[in-house]
Amino acid sequence: MKLAYWMYAGPAHIGTLRIASSFKNVHAIMHAPLGDDYFNVMRSMLERERDFTPVTASIVDRNVLARGSQEKVVDNIVRKDQEENPDLIVLTPTCTSSILQEDLENFVARAQIDSKGDVLLADVNHYRVNELQAADRTLEQIIQYYIRKAQKKGDIVTEKTANPSVNIIGISTLGFHNHHDCRELKKLMADLGIEINLIIPDNASVHDLKKIPQAWFNLVPYRELGLMTANYLKEEFGMPTVDITPMGVVETARCIRKIQEVINAQGANVDYEDFIEYQTLHVSEAAWFSRSIDCQNLTGKKAVVFGDNTHAAAITKILTREMGIHVVLAGTYCKYDADWFRKEVSEYCDNVLISEDNGEIADAIAKLEPAAIFGTQMERHVGKRLDIPCGVIAAPIHIQNFPIGYKPFLGYEGTNQITDLIYNSFTLGMEDHLLEIFGGHDTKEVITKGISANSDLNWDREAQGELNKVPGFVRGKVKRNTEKFARERGFNEITLEVMYAAKESVGA
Amino acid sequence: MTLAQEKPATPELNFECETGNYHTFCPISCVAWLYQKIEDSFFLVIGTKTCGYFLQNAMGVMIFAEPRYAMAELEEADISAQLNDYNELKRLCDQIKRDRNPSVIVWIGTCTTEIIKMDLEGIAPKLEAELGIPIVVARANGLDYAFTQGEDTVLASMANRCPKESEVKQEAEKTERNAIQKLMNFGKKAEDTNHNEEYHKHPPLVLFGSLPDPVVTNLTLELKKQGVKIDGWLPAKRYTELPVIDEGYYVAGVNPFLSRTATTLMRRRKCKLIGAPFPIGPDGTRAWIEKICSVVGVEPQGLAEREAQIWENIQDYVDIIKGKSVFFMGDNLLEISLARFLIRCGMTVDEIGIPYMDKRYQKGELDFLAQTCQEMGVKVPTIVEKPDNYNQLQRIKEIKPDLVITGMAHANPLEARGINTKWSVEFTFAQIHGFTNARDILELVTRPLRRNNNLKDLGWSKLVKEEAKI
Repeated sequence: MKLAYWMYAGPAHIGTLRIASSFKNVHAIMHAPLGDDYFNVMRSMLERERDFTPVTASIVDRNVLARGSQEKVVDNIVRKDQEENPDLIVLTPTCTSSILQEDLENFVARAQIDSKGDVLLADVNHYRVNELQAADRTLEQIIQYYIRKAQKKGDIVTEKTANPSVNIIGISTLGFHNHHDCRELKKLMADLGIEINLIIPDNASVHDLKKIPQAWFNLVPYRELGLMTANYLKEEFGMPTVDITPMGVVETARCIRKIQEVINAQGANVDYEDFIEYQTLHVSEAAWFSRSIDCQNLTGKKAVVFGDNTHAAAITKILTREMGIHVVLAGTYCKYDADWFRKEVSEYCDNVLISEDNGEIADAIAKLEPAAIFGTQMERHVGKRLDIPCGVIAAPIHIQNFPIGYKPFLGYEGTNQITDLIYNSFTLGMEDHLLEIFGGHDTKEVITKGISANSDLNWDREAQGELNKVPGFVRGKVKRNTEKFARERGFNEITLEVMYAAKESVGA
Repeated sequence: MTLAQEKPATPELNFECETGNYHTFCPISCVAWLYQKIEDSFFLVIGTKTCGYFLQNAMGVMIFAEPRYAMAELEEADISAQLNDYNELKRLCDQIKRDRNPSVIVWIGTCTTEIIKMDLEGIAPKLEAELGIPIVVARANGLDYAFTQGEDTVLASMANRCPKESEVKQEAEKTERNAIQKLMNFGKKAEDTNHNEEYHKHPPLVLFGSLPDPVVTNLTLELKKQGVKIDGWLPAKRYTELPVIDEGYYVAGVNPFLSRTATTLMRRRKCKLIGAPFPIGPDGTRAWIEKICSVVGVEPQGLAEREAQIWENIQDYVDIIKGKSVFFMGDNLLEISLARFLIRCGMTVDEIGIPYMDKRYQKGELDFLAQTCQEMGVKVPTIVEKPDNYNQLQRIKEIKPDLVITGMAHANPLEARGINTKWSVEFTFAQIHGFTNARDILELVTRPLRRNNNLKDLGWSKLVKEEAKI
């Protein structure tokens, strides 16, 4: 047992559901007790999804405990097959079904007989893998399933496209800024003259998966999701993988050069150097920013970075290499892939922290007292408590990290967004400096008090106590409305009764 | 109330039961409001990452406020019994005692502890003796319960911990309890000394159900106006202040989902349950007070005027919803009371979905619903227990209600299809009890209508292409 207040990566089934619900016309059925379908709430709220999340539960209740799911799971699969006509139904085990040890594989086989669509059991062990690993695995599983199916049927498309083309693998629902990143990558590929063969799993149809091999290469922008699939495709079809995350000016260039190498090896004969130079100087402002006076003021300022592998590693490199900021600590919660992270960042920071314990990170931040933090929502709250600004760079995230405006982290526009994020997170360089010199903005005490600060009315102790229980942001309004009410009716003293009467009459 | 009893029999309610494929919160969510209510408690949820993930996301910002709850996250070795449950729990509770020093640790059993049959009830007393901190066990799991029923399981367990009068009289504990009480509310002393003049003489009355403190004060005050004294409240602000409950005490529930607690109070503590409608809406509040008064033998004063006054105050909101229809998909067991209040406001109710329907505990409320339908001249709604969300969406599509009260999983997709929705969970966290808060209920109910009224001329009420299937 582990005492835990918070977790960075969710349980395995969340990863599976993220993959399943990213595809078009794929339905997931969770084998889970009542209340475990919280994924639907998250997708509906965070992504502001207009459509019903294609996830339902086959409920595990007392009867199931006593007699097993028996027909229930099969019936639910077949029913969903008829109601929604999905191409694929993914039966998703949860922590509960893991320990029930029912033969879900058998249920899937039986349900397949009566279903028009395909039925698949997600092969993830709740107690061994987390959300990210499960997502990676499920994606590979689905791709493999449809590749094998196509191979058996003989309609697999292995012939390469005439022009260089790419599969972008790893864009998924509830991923951090994934949809903006996807748009940016599409634009980047278009600029490079590379056709998009498929984007997986986001909005992909399983029918198109047989066309995967016709791309010249696979681009895996995120470390956490898609590598298993890319490795499988490499083994099966010899498709090369580009797994350099194009985040930051230097890494974007490195990614493009790798693409160049990969497609030239297949006879493309392209030279992207001019493109890289033009984009770096004129489209991205990040390179210019690093020369500017603003950025000079950031030199040597201390920062702590924490997040998933992809984002924490990339941001660490950007801070150190591109902005001259001193990263005192870089960390990740992707414990299972810690070696990669260490290798990536160790030359760009003083210390590396691999931990899933938010308390440990908070303590480290408190001890190091950086000028800014780049982390998850949890680090943002640590920052709030310690009065240190924080830029959010990785999941877990809240609704404000699903912006409507265009905010990619990848590609050249991504470099601009990241520059803003970093710059705005540090207390504005020059302003900070000047404040220090002149000792703050307001040196005089405020003399005039606001209208609501004092009043002629006397609040008795009980009423005052009650008022103090009102949340701070509406307390002023409640106070004003109550006093107005009391004045109109000629009460001199505000008691609990007056307060309630006021609330009833004016909604104070 | 008295008027109604003279009238002919009220219409029969229709009950249906579907598949139970519906969306609701896991009952462990009760820790979120109970740890805030019981200030000296610590809630330990013994479950998996799934439980933790739900709590962390469902409770949003609360998670960052150093909550007095945590997960005892079960690992593979716990499941396969390679680790000893007792030792593991002891280690964790030791740490909690060291770090937080709570007056009670509440263990929340989950689906996993049920399936692996972890003997929490057996381990707790031993550990309690060893640790010197009371350990209360509540099995609030998704196998058996929905959302607010979590509170019911916790309060039912707490009911067994309420002291008896004879116990309180034992000197040592008495001084300790009083010391804390005095410390906490030293100002009430004056009130206590002359309370006999303000209150009628009646048998002790204890209310059960967790409400925010302002609502507790408010309802206490309402009953005080009638000369009815509340002798205690389950739960109190602190675990050390749990009310005295003795044989023969009267108890009354303030929420519709507390049937286990009611049963425990009746069977284990030998209390007498006052079966009343719940104090939600001015009609419900009046009926609740009247019922309590009639049972303890007090003639209620001025309630009709009080109710009328409230109705007058909320008339502007009532006007907005009058004649409109509402559909409850059902997820928090407040549905019957809310539907009854909204019918009184002039709405029609197409369907009341509800996770679980205790017809005995909710009898007062159900009768009141039927009576309200009759008095308002509307059809009695169908009450659908264990609803099937998919079927409900088909029905919603067909009847196009003016408002659907539903969980967040369906709210945005329904809005995108031009259907007004109100997120049901807000009713659980908003202050909705008593005369004073009637306006707050309508504030919630009318909000989507007011908002969409502002947008109605913009021409984008439907934001998805209508598919063949929903």
